[in-house]
Amino acid sequence: MNGMHDLGGKEGFGPIRYAPNAPVFHAPWEVRANALYSLAVKQGVYNMDEYRYAIERMEPRHYLSASYYERSLTSLASLCVEKGLVSRDELERRAGGVFPLARPTVAGRTNQPERQRFEAGDLVRVRSDHVSGHVRMPGYIRGKTGRIISESPPYPFPDAHAHGVDAQTEPTYDVQFDSLELWPDAAEPAKVHVAVFQSYLERAPRS
Amino acid sequence: MSISTESPSGERIASIEDRLAAIESVLEDRAMQPAAFVETFNHWATEEWIPENGARVVAKAWCEPDFRERLLADGITAIRELGLTMPAHHRHLVALENTETVHNVICCTLCSCTAFTVIGLPPDWYKDLEYRARVVRESRSVLREMGLELAPHIEIRVWDTTADTRYMVLPERPPGTEGWSQEQLTAMVTKEGMIGVAKV
Repeated sequence: MNGMHDLGGKEGFGPIRYAPNAPVFHAPWEVRANALYSLAVKQGVYNMDEYRYAIERMEPRHYLSASYYERSLTSLASLCVEKGLVSRDELERRAGGVFPLARPTVAGRTNQPERQRFEAGDLVRVRSDHVSGHVRMPGYIRGKTGRIISESPPYPFPDAHAHGVDAQTEPTYDVQFDSLELWPDAAEPAKVHVAVFQSYLERAPRS
Repeated sequence: MSISTESPSGERIASIEDRLAAIESVLEDRAMQPAAFVETFNHWATEEWIPENGARVVAKAWCEPDFRERLLADGITAIRELGLTMPAHHRHLVALENTETVHNVICCTLCSCTAFTVIGLPPDWYKDLEYRARVVRESRSVLREMGLELAPHIEIRVWDTTADTRYMVLPERPPGTEGWSQEQLTAMVTKEGMIGVAKV
């Protein structure tokens, strides 16, 4: 989905709030939130793609204002309600107030029917798909051309895996883009490498 | 309207602690033993998933050219030599070697993905909106802002962790460390160095 989480290249953000050797957790509840969402994965309540998608479905207003671990907690709770472990009413009764959850799911999709195998050095173009469900293609590479560097082992296809849709596993490709191809005349020179699922790619037209 | 305390209809939003307690009680009802798992997880997060793991990998690669080759060819298999593992869904570890002309830096623009069992869990700034938005588009400025000034001839490669392939940066060995033991070298390597926002 073209959601608020898809931040790469968005403008207007201020300085990185950087401190070397920064602590990972600041309060005990953060450890608990992280532990409980991973417990639910281990126990098979949901998979990591469903977990990521539920974070992406948070209302943008909530997403932007929530801390990282509040987003984890919101995803965990949303999926527990959606999977029938608890009703929203019961959850809010136990919490003693409103429990903001993710917005509803939409339909997922399976792999592209005709996927191509690429070799290192091939020029590829990212398909101009607009996917309303879960997708792991950052918006900044949509329709852009890059070069294949290598191929990964096959992974579950996230666009399907986050939605309980049947799909084949497929490899991702390490695709190298030029930052000036991604944002013409509006980026600092660099190579940007993205792990792109096979279904998102097509061979670049010969120029 | 304040998002953190009021819903759109004006009702009080439960505190984060109360929301967490509510969901924990649901998992307890399901006999998932959340309290025990929090203890286990806390041990992993603080004692097992530590940057010293990756630091040992880096030091070994600096000292043993054969290991460096194996690491660059197949990260997961190579780190097993040090007794290190990754979660089952991380199927691929790519070590990115910095050189005199190439500097690598890792990010996750969509969420917060990292090789956390190897380099440690990601710090706040890595997961924050600012780093995720900016580092792919203005990497040199972002690194400079974080205290790393790179010479103009150095090519920057930014790695966006958009799948379950994971990355770690293999920093350049600092000058003046010839003859140092792997233990001494391990102590120099930081999480920031393995993300690529600092030199070692």
